[in-house]
Amino acid sequence: MSLHPDYKGKYEYKWHHLPYLHLSGLEPLIITPESNFVNVGERTNVAGSRKFLRLIKDEQFEEALDIARDQVEGGAQIIDINMDDGLIDGKSSMVKFLNLIAAEPDIARVPVMIDSSKWEIIEAGLQCVQGKSVVNSISLKEGEEKFIEQAKKIKQYGAAIIVMAFDEEGQADTYEKRIQMCERSYRILVDKVKFPPQDIIFDPNVFPVATGMDEHRKNALDFFLATRWIRENLPGAHVSGGISNVSFSFRGNDVVREAMHSAFLYHAINEGLDMGIVNPNMLEVYDDIPKDLLEHVEDVLLDRRDDATERLLAFAETVSGDAKEKKVDHEWRNQSLQERITHALVKGITEFIDEDVEEARQSVEKPIQVIEGHLMNGMNVVGDLFGSGKMFLPQVVKSARVMKKAVAYLLPYIEADKSGGQSNGKILLATVKGDVHDIGKNIVGVVLGCNNYEIIDLGVMVPADKILDEAQKHNVDVIGLSGLITPSLDEMVHVAKEMEKLGMDIPLLIGGATTSKVHTAVKIDQNYTKGQTVYVLDASRSVTVVGSLLSKEKDNFVSDVRADYKKVRENYAKKKDFKSYLTLDEARANKYKINWIPEDITQPNLIGTKVFEDYSLSELRDYIDWTPFFYTWELRKKYPEILSDEQLGAEATKLFNDAQQMLDQIIAEKWIEARAVIGIWPANTINDDDIEIQLERGTHVTYGMRQQLKKSDAADNICLSDFVAPKDSGLQDFIGGFVVTAGIGIEKKLAEFEADHDDYKSIMLKALADRLAEAFAERMHERVRQEFWGYESTNYSKDDLIKEQYRGIRPAPGYPANPDHTEKPGLFEILDATNATGVSLTESFAMQPAASVSGWYFAHPAAKYFGVGKIQMDQVESLAKRKGYSVEEMSKWLSPNLD
Amino acid sequence: MLDGAMGTMIQRYKLTEEDFRAGWFEDHPSPLKGNNDLLVLTRPEIIREIHEAYLEAGADIIETNTFSGTTIAQADYGLQKAAYDINYYGAKVAREACDKFTAQDPSKPRFVAGSIGPTNMTLSISPDVNDPGYRAITFDQLVTAYKEQTKGLIEGGSDILLVETVFDTLNAKAALFAINEVQEELGTDLPIMVSGTITDASGRTLSGQTAEAFLISVEHANLLSIGLNCALGANALRPYLQVLKNKAPFFVSAHPNAGLPNEMGEYDETPDIMGKQIKNFLDEGLVNIVGGCCGTTPEHIRAMAELVSEKNKEHRSQITD
Repeated sequence: MSLHPDYKGKYEYKWHHLPYLHLSGLEPLIITPESNFVNVGERTNVAGSRKFLRLIKDEQFEEALDIARDQVEGGAQIIDINMDDGLIDGKSSMVKFLNLIAAEPDIARVPVMIDSSKWEIIEAGLQCVQGKSVVNSISLKEGEEKFIEQAKKIKQYGAAIIVMAFDEEGQADTYEKRIQMCERSYRILVDKVKFPPQDIIFDPNVFPVATGMDEHRKNALDFFLATRWIRENLPGAHVSGGISNVSFSFRGNDVVREAMHSAFLYHAINEGLDMGIVNPNMLEVYDDIPKDLLEHVEDVLLDRRDDATERLLAFAETVSGDAKEKKVDHEWRNQSLQERITHALVKGITEFIDEDVEEARQSVEKPIQVIEGHLMNGMNVVGDLFGSGKMFLPQVVKSARVMKKAVAYLLPYIEADKSGGQSNGKILLATVKGDVHDIGKNIVGVVLGCNNYEIIDLGVMVPADKILDEAQKHNVDVIGLSGLITPSLDEMVHVAKEMEKLGMDIPLLIGGATTSKVHTAVKIDQNYTKGQTVYVLDASRSVTVVGSLLSKEKDNFVSDVRADYKKVRENYAKKKDFKSYLTLDEARANKYKINWIPEDITQPNLIGTKVFEDYSLSELRDYIDWTPFFYTWELRKKYPEILSDEQLGAEATKLFNDAQQMLDQIIAEKWIEARAVIGIWPANTINDDDIEIQLERGTHVTYGMRQQLKKSDAADNICLSDFVAPKDSGLQDFIGGFVVTAGIGIEKKLAEFEADHDDYKSIMLKALADRLAEAFAERMHERVRQEFWGYESTNYSKDDLIKEQYRGIRPAPGYPANPDHTEKPGLFEILDATNATGVSLTESFAMQPAASVSGWYFAHPAAKYFGVGKIQMDQVESLAKRKGYSVEEMSKWLSPNLD
Repeated sequence: MLDGAMGTMIQRYKLTEEDFRAGWFEDHPSPLKGNNDLLVLTRPEIIREIHEAYLEAGADIIETNTFSGTTIAQADYGLQKAAYDINYYGAKVAREACDKFTAQDPSKPRFVAGSIGPTNMTLSISPDVNDPGYRAITFDQLVTAYKEQTKGLIEGGSDILLVETVFDTLNAKAALFAINEVQEELGTDLPIMVSGTITDASGRTLSGQTAEAFLISVEHANLLSIGLNCALGANALRPYLQVLKNKAPFFVSAHPNAGLPNEMGEYDETPDIMGKQIKNFLDEGLVNIVGGCCGTTPEHIRAMAELVSEKNKEHRSQITD
């Protein structure tokens, strides 16, 4: 709801005909309606930071730069710079500081806000910045003529402006004066100066509350109301404010101040504030403010009762202490060179690595010695900590980022030097033909790279002959294969057989979501006799496995693995003996029986297909299931409990924050596009296991697989077709299908990260795109149930969604309920999915981009998920005949389900 | 269609010190050879011949030979005083060449783009590694120099102003600031093109900006086009042109080098190779204005012009269909 009586609900941006506010440092900052709130760092302001003032006064510019850097690292998206103090030369300090910032890419990447009440300082500042900055501020204080003249100049310099609610009479201190002055300023700027409206930012004056003076009681409330009015009535204009002013009366009591800032922001953002000068360390999470404190604070901010100030003052006495100020600790910079390099690697700090590596380089004879010495010493510490479970994968990937930066820095010197280095060994990695999934493989590459193995990564969809050619060409020591979809298992067997043919004997590592020790032992190992095949559970294990394989202990290790796999095979054979199977006919007789009644079938609102382009990512964000995200990073606990987990909590929280921050960017800067196509058609089951779908242009049949395992209890042998009314029931039933993706356009950002040697971000982006795709599938299913098929009206909670507690299922071809990947092209064809969404299928029927999900919709109340499990040859033969495949071909596709 | 390289063509004439002095700077105390911009004064017939060769090859827009025509760039030769004349006469000789070709075929009008280079100074980077806050020049000094250049170019008859090879966006902003002031003084409203240069594979300008940040920083000047030139060959420019195409509210231009210089400092890409790359740009709809930078010749421009004209025909027939 809005505090403003004329408006309803949270402010929604409505000036879609105007461009967004574009700012830039070395990188762009685009402020969109989805940006929510842009925080401006306030600590490089002599009026706001005593420390900064002292540093500038003493001309300690280096340390002053550190303050700027800390702010950017702390998440400031713009930095405010103010040199207005009687004791310093404001103009020359502004020029000097801006020039120094220009030489610091990690600061200069964000836009600056040139903050001064003196025009000559502002103009001097504008002459030093190459990007598009923000001027803070101009106003009608000295009359219209001056105002116009300055605005024209700013336009000519190409900057945005903050306009204060200030005129010839003074500062606006009521709601009416605020909106009157802002409107007047806006009209002059837009009509007379032709200033781009989206580049105008109003500051309607944040004044302190709870000062004890009656005329200050509405200071916050009037700000909220004016904010709303401006954003509803002055097209394109933004609203900003200096937030910490509001809590001025509570200096010294940071608990109250932090709560007050957060509550103020909460309400101001709700009314449309989209930018503000804040100290992010002086903010409490709104939901974490104790209820009683919040109530007292809000009484004051919203002027809810006459005695609000007294009550808050009294309450404030009872809370005090622990400020949240988190300091970036640079103590470690005083340590020895090796200690600094190790610290940077362990903590993942890239900030000083170039200078430290340069220092190291000058201390050794050959540049390669820096890698072999300083850097490897540091990485060994990382490896040990990781190995003993004291560091977690996300940290290791950040370490790798530092390592890569360091190596990139050294490379030109090493090449000039011409003498190569010694790695621990060469590892070739590839995702096999037909498969596009590579997050896990990339993580393995990073972790092994950290341990001084040279990684030759062939990427995704790599055919066997290329893997083997490259392996021989580079004379690698180990080959690692990865894959996620089941057909990849077969491709791995193929690679093993080819290696055998070529007489190779190097170790072959197998990894990826569908791979397993059993599959490796039973299906791959025996096909490759000269070398050893080893299943690797995760990236953490890869280091010990490779270490053992390339060390003197290799023979012991290999004989252990052989013994282990032999046992696995024996157990597997035994288990097989215990299990017995029904014939397909028997299984069909034991099908899942539904009593077909018309009430259980809902006539869909949509018949045919519907395409969604550029689907709102911010809508999908709420549907993300985070637990698998943490699994990707080998942090294996459930969300949200993981965030407070004793062992993993701290790292999980950091990772989660990084993920949230990247999500903000993904959404604000449209790094990826989400698209979908859904379809619902009349359908009935035919021939027990198959579903005949009525399209406008004819019929399409999708073929199902039925459980054949003989079950001890009276359970059924299910096939998906059991959930659709058979033709002979006389009832017209329906089936749906979908393809969603959140991976359109992802390559661009990935390439950027790759160029920047930033595996952390690259893996993060892929993992998030995967999550968004899953979230999209969940959201689309919800909309299908509620709108397009329309059999469900209840609004389920997000938790229920994740636990899948609703009516209807959305099984994907290639997954347990129907493991037959060859059903996917048919689904794609009837949805015209490739044209509609840009998602295509590889030769193994993996979807590309990888962040995509497809499946069928079944709506019957009895429909449930199940696994088909192992099937018998009679079903393979029957499927081959029904689908027009040879038995051999069918066996190949279904091999994971055959013994 | 823009023209191609001037320097590459001048080299073909094997000029001597005397050519750079003739009639204007006979008594100048220091050597002038290599100061190519002076040729618009001393050997205007050569410059005109080159312009005409490009017009003959099919260029719609030719660039004046005034890339270094500021008091700042000319200071290297002690010829600050020649700055205005270079621009005025540089524009004039290009104007004459264009008018001749427009008269021959009024259906294909030709235009003069006044070339404004980055100068050899930079406002965002210190020339002294030990003092990163130092600057060898101020914004105001640069604005003054650019104003003189702009005035010469406009009064000499330019149709367009082209701020090119931008390696430091702040320099470009000074040029745009100057152009704005001069146009206000003279009451003109010539369209402005800005073309940046991306110097390495990181995709950033020398002063560190990404392509998009560069665009945002000059967007306020209401441009005719934004684009990229020089430094890398056509293929390497492509991802950054895509950014500009997607984000810019203006036309997009590209005038790449004929590849990267080889060990001998020569540019290897033949008209054929470059044409193929440009064709991809056109097929993708990536650019509206193309041309060549270092190492390109009228042969390169001819190859490109044919592709452009085919593309335009295709486009027109699609519209009329």
